[in-house]
Amino acid sequence: MPETLNYTLKDFKSENEVRWCPGCGDHAVLNGIQKAMANLGIRHEDFAVISGIGCSSRFPYYMSTFGFHTIHGRAAAIASGVKCANPKLTVWEITGDGDALAIGGNHFIHCIRRNIDLNIILFNNKIYGLTKGQYSPTTDRGFVTKTSPMGTIEDPFVPGRLVLGAGGTFFARCVDNNLKHSQEVFEEAAKFKGTSVVEVLQNCVIFNDGIHEAISDPKTREEHQIFLKHGEPMIFGNDRDKGLILDKGKLRVVKISEGGVKPEDILIHDTTDEDGFLHQSLISMKLPDFPVAMGVIRAVPSKVYDQAMEEQIAEAKSKSRISSVDQLLSSGNTWTVE
Amino acid sequence: MSIETKVIELEEVSIRFSGDSGDGMQLTGTLFSDTSSLLGNDISTFPDYPSEIRAPQGTVAGVSGFQIQFGNKKVSTPGDLAHVLVAMNPAAVKANAKFMMPGGTIFYDSDSFNQKNFEKAKFKTEDPFTELNLLDYNKVPVPITQLTREALKDLEIDNKSILRSKNMFALGLICWVFSRPLDYIEKYLTKKFGKKELVLESNLRVLHAGYNYAWNLQHMTPRYVVHPAPIEKGLYRNVNGNYATAWGLLAAAEKAGLELFIGSYPITPATEVLQALAERKDLGVKSFQAEDEIAGICTSIGAAFAGDLAVTSTSGPGFALKSEALGLSVMAELPLVVVNVQRGGPSTGLPTKTEQSDLLQTLYGRNGESPVVVVAASTPSDCFHYAYMSAKIALERMVPVVLLTDGFLGNGTEPWKVPKMAELPSITPRIAKDASKFQPYQRDPQTLAREWAFPGMDGFQHRIGGLEKDPSGNVSHDPANHQLMSEIRRDKVDRVVDMIPDLELLGEDSGDLLVVGWGGTLGHLDTAVREMHANGTKLSLAHFNYIKPLPANTAAVFSRFKNIVVCELNLGQFVGYLRDKLPEFKYHQFNKVQGLPFTIHELKDNFLKLMEE
Repeated sequence: MPETLNYTLKDFKSENEVRWCPGCGDHAVLNGIQKAMANLGIRHEDFAVISGIGCSSRFPYYMSTFGFHTIHGRAAAIASGVKCANPKLTVWEITGDGDALAIGGNHFIHCIRRNIDLNIILFNNKIYGLTKGQYSPTTDRGFVTKTSPMGTIEDPFVPGRLVLGAGGTFFARCVDNNLKHSQEVFEEAAKFKGTSVVEVLQNCVIFNDGIHEAISDPKTREEHQIFLKHGEPMIFGNDRDKGLILDKGKLRVVKISEGGVKPEDILIHDTTDEDGFLHQSLISMKLPDFPVAMGVIRAVPSKVYDQAMEEQIAEAKSKSRISSVDQLLSSGNTWTVE
Repeated sequence: MSIETKVIELEEVSIRFSGDSGDGMQLTGTLFSDTSSLLGNDISTFPDYPSEIRAPQGTVAGVSGFQIQFGNKKVSTPGDLAHVLVAMNPAAVKANAKFMMPGGTIFYDSDSFNQKNFEKAKFKTEDPFTELNLLDYNKVPVPITQLTREALKDLEIDNKSILRSKNMFALGLICWVFSRPLDYIEKYLTKKFGKKELVLESNLRVLHAGYNYAWNLQHMTPRYVVHPAPIEKGLYRNVNGNYATAWGLLAAAEKAGLELFIGSYPITPATEVLQALAERKDLGVKSFQAEDEIAGICTSIGAAFAGDLAVTSTSGPGFALKSEALGLSVMAELPLVVVNVQRGGPSTGLPTKTEQSDLLQTLYGRNGESPVVVVAASTPSDCFHYAYMSAKIALERMVPVVLLTDGFLGNGTEPWKVPKMAELPSITPRIAKDASKFQPYQRDPQTLAREWAFPGMDGFQHRIGGLEKDPSGNVSHDPANHQLMSEIRRDKVDRVVDMIPDLELLGEDSGDLLVVGWGGTLGHLDTAVREMHANGTKLSLAHFNYIKPLPANTAAVFSRFKNIVVCELNLGQFVGYLRDKLPEFKYHQFNKVQGLPFTIHELKDNFLKLMEE
């Protein structure tokens, strides 16, 4: 009989005072992840939370789990080492748009390519907050910041597209101010075997306040976001009267029952579709022509690196005649001096 | 009718195999070395190869060499100069003329001595030996290409494969000259090519053709005999420094009851450490070829956090990239072994050549007050011991340890008396036991080492990181706390002194001249000092394997000598460190940065000069 674990959110709170700015989106994400962890039925000591550098990367200090606040950009590599050393652990990586996509870009894509079983929570506030307001790799072209006084002259990364390009198997998106939905997404990410990337559209109340407001405002949420669920039609809107169809190879927003559009014409979301074409189109949707896609967009079961590593070791052990260092050292070309 | 062959008995002899980097000279040299070890000779080898995998054929830049010295007494170096050179083309003669013993013997492939190859090797005339002033040498032309072709004429193989087996002809020839039997080489080839009958057949035929050719033409060349060396009883094998390093780490993991994780990125000349561990999944090794040097150390730091014996291997440029993360392991106080197989620098430098110029980078190359333990191996086989000790120190003192080896040690081989696990010192990792009392930065009052608790251990949940912490593990920006913690991290490294042996002297206990060295120069320094001793010159050698901290008796040893000369393959890094640590002594220095080991000759010259002053 497995023991029953009746955790609540409180079991995952540390004694440390949370020091993010009042109103910062990070507070809600912290709550969402703590709730998700309590629901997962995993032993408390088997969680490890690894972060890089940036506001969000203070996260481990506010968790009562094992935690490691590391260095800028390297959380993906360090978390990879933790997971491969002990695949029984549930490893979460907390990172931001600067940490994961600028200084840590290489580790981010290679971690995804390997499909190591990590849950990467990518806080995207489109700004460098901890260094007080410089543009990040997700800042929109032309945006004025302290280091782009005349506006940036570069295009941003779309995190989900980068994930797909790196061969990603799981990508989801949520918004900091939608706690219930975020929590569901975090749980889905944790249950998925492989690298799960969750992009959280997060508000920086000090240096980039309102950057996601057009998307996240609860008043227009149903019109501006589409909540995707595997196996369900892609429908959105206050009256749930709008949907997505494929028209000449491209996504198009339609009104159901108008212009001959029947409910069965609406696309059914399939997170397991290996070919990333439709997932890429969903990830790329933006206002005002489209709602922004939320929820689990892609979840394709694939070979997992840390499992494969364990399997190779088990296979080598079962086949090899060498099972100790003494045997190793006396194997091969040796000779005895009498 | 038989012709009397002149047989010369030698105490030691040095041979250099040399050809295009595609000619298989490294394999030829390795097989010859292994054969000599099996005959009971002591050996030392030195592969000398270009960084290009296949530089333009026939050019001096593309020459790959392998030098071996073997003898009937202890052999500590591959030899300053070669008695015998095997040259597969004119470029090989040009590249190696300066490494030849005056009056030595040169076997060369006369088929390759043609106009085209003279031009490629940039000879101005058609007489390379005169041009290189090699007139007093015993030059033996052998039509290796033609004879190889002849030996294989009835086999259905292509021209490329024929040319590829030329090295076996050279090997067979040299085996006869040095009275080596072929059985070991035959066994090796059978194992390697057993399933490819034609390849096996052609290699064996050419090998024998070379051997028989030398036998038939024995009047051309003297035959050498080198008797076995008196060696301690036991089980032996040949090992190079990179394998010895990898196996030392494996031994440490087994002794400590931990799993071994290596996160690493391929870099010359350190790659083989990663390869040697990747081969050992049967011993549970988790080998992770990372996307870059930074991820190499970072995955290892993650594995250390998760409770493995974690190591990363690299060479100078990669070590530079790892600096920031090494600082994290200093701050987080996690056990970690970083192996730096040094090469010529700075920047890309001389990737395939040896140097000791990463010492200052290792000691000081990080932001902040960031002390690490620094250990240096000094022979190919003692890489095993120092890798083992590096892991022991890291695990027992919760501190990163950098093990310095170099290209000369990493690639060089020597016979090694295989140790037994039971003979190795115990390793007791500081794994936390009592959750009710655990605090991440609580320390052993003697050693200052903190305890190690990792994910999965119930009740030990805690947070660590790169920010300064107070003893309870909370983030602290308190000025006094930072000073305290900085001093603790320094003292923790200094107190490792109680784990390391005293400095030992070769030669007199006191006197006029103390030769000081560290790391991979031991073989050369030891040989030079012994030879001078044998000639009645009184001098001593102190060789360092523990750099930080220094052995406790260092000052006491230094104080007994009038003069100290510090010899190293850089422009004076260890001597600078000693001037800082022990300023009460006056140091001479002898430095070389040519990507090559010292020669015994230049060392002796220098010591004599110093003693005459």
